Order: sequence, then C-alpha cells, then structure tokens
Amino acid sequence: MRHTISILVDNEFGVLSRVSGLFSGRGFNIESLCVAETLDPSVSIMTIVTSGNDQVIEQITKQLNKLINVIKVSDLTGTDYVEREMVLIKVATDSTNRAEILRIVDIFRGKIIDVSQRSYTIEITGDEDKIKAILSLLKPFGIKEIVRTGKIAMARTPKT
Amino acid sequence: MKKTGSHIFVESLIREGVEVIFGFPGGAVLPIYNELFDAPIRHVLVRHEQGAVHAADGYARASGRPGVCLVTSGPGATNTVTGIATAYMDSIPVVVFTGQVPTALIGNDAFQEADIVGITRPCTKHNYLVKDVKDLARVVKEAFYIATTGRPGPVLVDLPKDVLTSTTEPRYPEEIRMRSYNPTYKGHIGQIDRAIKLILNSKRPVVYAGGGVVLSSGAEELREFAEKLRLPVTMTLMGLGGFPGTHPLSLGMLGMHGTYSANMAVTHCDVLIAIGSRFDDRVTGKIDEFAPDAKIIHVDIDPTSISKNVVVDIPIVGDVKLVLRDFLKRLEKDGLDLAAYRDSLNKWHKEIEMWKGVHKMDYNQKMRGKIKPQYVVEMLYKLTGGDAIITTEVGQNQMWAAQYYLFNRPRSFLTSGGLGTMGYGFPAAIGAQFAFPERTVIDIAGDGSIQMNIQEMATAVQYRLPVKIAILNNGFLGMVRQWQELFYDRRYSASCMQVAPDFVKLAQSYGAVGLRAMKPREVVSVIEKALSIKDRPVLMDFHVDREESVYPMVPAGAPINKMLLV
Repeated sequence: MRHTISILVDNEFGVLSRVSGLFSGRGFNIESLCVAETLDPSVSIMTIVTSGNDQVIEQITKQLNKLINVIKVSDLTGTDYVEREMVLIKVATDSTNRAEILRIVDIFRGKIIDVSQRSYTIEITGDEDKIKAILSLLKPFGIKEIVRTGKIAMARTPKT
Repeated sequence: MKKTGSHIFVESLIREGVEVIFGFPGGAVLPIYNELFDAPIRHVLVRHEQGAVHAADGYARASGRPGVCLVTSGPGATNTVTGIATAYMDSIPVVVFTGQVPTALIGNDAFQEADIVGITRPCTKHNYLVKDVKDLARVVKEAFYIATTGRPGPVLVDLPKDVLTSTTEPRYPEEIRMRSYNPTYKGHIGQIDRAIKLILNSKRPVVYAGGGVVLSSGAEELREFAEKLRLPVTMTLMGLGGFPGTHPLSLGMLGMHGTYSANMAVTHCDVLIAIGSRFDDRVTGKIDEFAPDAKIIHVDIDPTSISKNVVVDIPIVGDVKLVLRDFLKRLEKDGLDLAAYRDSLNKWHKEIEMWKGVHKMDYNQKMRGKIKPQYVVEMLYKLTGGDAIITTEVGQNQMWAAQYYLFNRPRSFLTSGGLGTMGYGFPAAIGAQFAFPERTVIDIAGDGSIQMNIQEMATAVQYRLPVKIAILNNGFLGMVRQWQELFYDRRYSASCMQVAPDFVKLAQSYGAVGLRAMKPREVVSVIEKALSIKDRPVLMDFHVDREESVYPMVPAGAPINKMLLV
C-alpha cells in the first residue's frame, strides 16, 4: 500500500543522502521525494511517497526515527491531510488541436508557460487524482516531456 | 586565547576521559600527531588501520568504555571500513577520527582524498565532516555521546587538515542536548506488568539473552530475574557471559551451532523472553518455524529491532538493565506466589534435562591420535580457570570457542558475531590487553584468519603485550570446507591453503615466542608455557585434525530443531 511520509530533519549537510541511502540500503522503495527548508532554516521537511505492507511501513518509520538527523516522522496516510504536486507537461500541438488543449488547461485551472510552433508547456498543480485526469486527457495529443516535483503534503488543521 | 584545531581536538579527547588511542599517522593528521607527541594520552601505533579499529573495538567490548582511533586520509580512512562495519553490526561504541584533505580541495580528487563520510554512511551510527574549527569541540563531544548512548555504535569524524591548523577561541560545551536524538531507557510499566502476567501463566518459559545484556551491563539483573522465576536461559553468540555458562539454569548457546537442549527448548517453549537480542538468522533458522507455539516478550533498546523479523506479542523498548530492575521491583509487589510458580516448572525442567541427556557437546580425543581442536579449547578453558578474556577469529575456531569455553562473566568473550570478520581476533585481543593489562587474553584463531592481521604481531611486541594466540591449524578455511563437505559433495574449491608460513618462525621473526604442538600430549605443556610468559606475545601453533567439523549444525534454511548431530 502507498504511504505518504512527512519527515522533519535537521538541515545538515548530507541529510538527503542519509535518508535516501537508508531506503536503498534496506530495499525500501521511493516513489517520489521532495525536500526543502521550512520557516526555521535549520530544519527541512522531506516528503516521501513509498509503498509496502504494514510491517514494512513500520520498519521504514522506525528506521527513519533512528537516524540522528531526523527530528520527527509522520505517516500521513490514513490521517486527514492535503497533498499537492506540480507537473510541467510539454504537449504536442498543431492548428487543429490548439484550442481543445487550451480548453482542457482552463478546466483544470492550469497555465501555459511556454509556447512554440509545435508545443505548449503546461504548468499544473493538484492532488493525485487531478494530475492523473489531466494526463489522461492530454495523452491522445502526444505528450513530449513531463517533469514532476513529487508530492508534498501537510496535515489538515482540526476543524473543531 | 586562540588555539589550533589540533590542540582543541586533543583537549576534547582529554575531557572525554580518553586514555588510549589506536592509530597510524599520515600527512593529513600530522598536526594532531604533533600535539600527541607530549600529550597525556597514550597512542598505540598499529601496523594496519584495520587493526586500529579492531583494537579500539576490543578495548571497548572488554572495558565498556568507548574505543578511539586516529588514521589519516584516503587509504588510511578506507582501511578502517571493515572495522567500522564490524563494530556497527555488533553495536560497539567506537569513535574513529580520520584525516581529510583541506576543505578547499574536497571533491577535487586530491592526493589521498576519499569521501569517507559517504562511504561509511551506511555502516556508522552517525558521521561528521567538520568544516569549521569553531564546531570541532562540539562535534567531538557529540560523537562520543552518540557512540556511547542508546544502542551504541561506531561514529566517524572526518577532520580536514586546514580545520586542524586554523585557530579559534576554544569553547568546550558542558552538556549535549540533541532535539533529534532521544533514546528511550525506561520501559513502559504497563508492558512490564503484562509481561509478568504472561510469564506467570506459562508452563514452558525460556529466556533468550543476547548482546544487549552485555552492552547494558545487565548480567546481575538477568541472573536475579532468572533465579527468582527459575527460568531456563539460552544465550546468543553475542550474549555469552551475559549469563553464567556454568549456571544450572543455563542451556548454553542456541542457533546454528548451538546446543541440542537450547534449540529444543526454544522450539517447544510457550513463552519466549527475548532480552537484548535481535532474532538474527543464525539464531532463528527457518523463521516461520522458530518458537512456533510461543508468545514472545521482547526487551530491546532499539525500536527497529522489535518486530523486524518476528512479530512479537509484548514489546518493551528500554535499556536491559533498567527494564530488568523494574521487572524485579514489580515481582516484589502484590503478594505473587513465586515459589509456587517455580515448582510448577518441574515438568518443564525435567524435559530440558532429558534433552541435555540426548546430546552434549562432545568429541573423541585419543591420546595417540591427532589433536582435536575441541580438546585445545577445552584445555585452554581448564588451564585458565575459565577466567581469561577470549577473542576469536571467524569460522570453526569461533564456534568451538563458543561451545567449549564457558563464560561466567560478561565482557570476556569478544567475537565478531554480526559481520563475521576474519582477522578481528588478534587486534581485538591487543585492545583488550590494553584495557586489562593484568588479565590473560587469548585469541582463538584459524590458520586462515590469523594471516589477515598478522602484522599486528609487531604492535604486540612493541608494547610488550602478553597476548596469546592459539591457532587451530588444519590447513583449510575450515568452515568453508565443512559446508563443502556437507552440501557440495566434498568439492573443496579454494578452501585448502596449500601454502602456509611456519607460524612458529613467523612469531619469532617478530620477536614473539612461537610454540608448536603436533601431538595431543604436547597440548597442555604448550599452553602452560604460554601462560607463564608475561612480557611478550606468544603464538601457539596446534596442528589439529584436518577434517573435523562443528556439530550440532542447523543447515541453512532448516528450523533449529532439525540439527545435524554428527
């Protein structure tokens, strides 16, 4: 099962290498990884999407906690949280389909950020379902290139 | 007043109470060696950096204090990797300081440069590259703190040469507080109570004690706990000595080459109390048939060890010594009838006695025949009163040492259990001898293993260490040969060492004493002669039966109750 794990780490030299080394060394799988500083420049947040059964996820969480530079590990899956990913999509265009593609981009509240004779580059942000949906709609036109950031996620604040 | 990095470094070590460093100089660490020349810390010059780390490791295992090494950059650092991985697998507190090229040259493929922090990231508990001399004192203190607390482990600190030569106003931190590192020492009382309830309702309990008992200095508490409830106790290779080997409740070692009764007791128990052990594959055999009818209680300081290989019923995260103390306190309360419980185990203990009768550790030494390796170990045991510090190499020598030398005290059996490093024993013996100059220290070795760090003979002679080496010389890589005999149709591929040195002459060439026994009747006198020498190392070359094998043996992939007995 897929899990989204948010890791608070000391912003020290080599931390990214430690965490990814842990995953590869123990045969855990990284589907995506995104990391950056927080408000406190001595602390970063890393968001990793991984998969495995309950026992594997438990081991991953515990092994991450064991790393000296890791301050806190939160497995967001199963809790109330928001997630987003940004994707840049270069789609092939010609005079016959340009309008249609523009319409799709509008519906998904995306932006065109680059234009050429034969392509549009689209910037789109959303949760997993939204990204999947726009990709499946754009595929028939011919997607030339995709770059993704990987998911970032944050727990929702309790409403009461 | 400003001080150089190397001065601050040595001062920080003194403040940590470091008394001895094992090391080997080189360009990148010359500034430190200049400070060490007249510092109140003893430096031991080894002959290979791997020897330095194993020596620091042996020192740490024997004394309980952190072992310290100092090596230079590049090849000096890479030579420590095997030693660091050895300490990592067995959770030994060792701090390794490596020289590094100046910060401006890092990443430039400079002379004697190696990314040792990158290389050792997976096999250290933590590591550091000091980029600014202002951080040096704090990093050294943190390194020792991390190495010695929680689940101990090796820490590496990489020191660029310009950091050592630059100066700053030294500030030595009084205490360490790390927001991201807070080991749990005290066990959850609720879990402890649940565990007690489970044990008191059991009819066939077994304690499975490992290296954690030794690392935590919990041997006293374990003995009291086992005696209070009359629990049979089996030890892992790393736990030997954590419970007295001659105690009536001791089942001996369990696992691949463990005793018949230990393996049978674990297979038939209804409650398994794992204390400071990690369900390693050498112990469990076929995992889904390990202790199949048992509920499992697991006491360990490292949460990642719990339910990693075997799902447990009552996990207790905490330091073994403190948790056992709490167990003992809780057992005092509530008017529990412990005497009645002890009596209720009569049937179980009878069953265990029966297993002990079925098969004991045994060998057949005919006085006119070839020397049996087990006989050598048994004579070492008898002639040292079971009181020496024994280190081993790896393979058959290691297993026979574990089977035939019974340890009653912790920190007396130093062996590379997790990584299984040949060449560990001799330098480790040197480290242990530095920790305890008055005790007898013996490395039980094979003829293959001893050649891996034989150069440390010079170290032992230089510092006049009366370390003994007992080579069980069979001309083979014995354990490999045994597997080839049992599972590969005796195809002895690359396991016969056709050329070997004359070990006696080799020892003598270093200025050590060399002794040889070719016949059983010579064994005792060789050992006695060796034990009488107090001012230099002694190598004993025992020419043993070439094709002797270690039994019992649980073949790989088999459950531990399916042992080969002969």
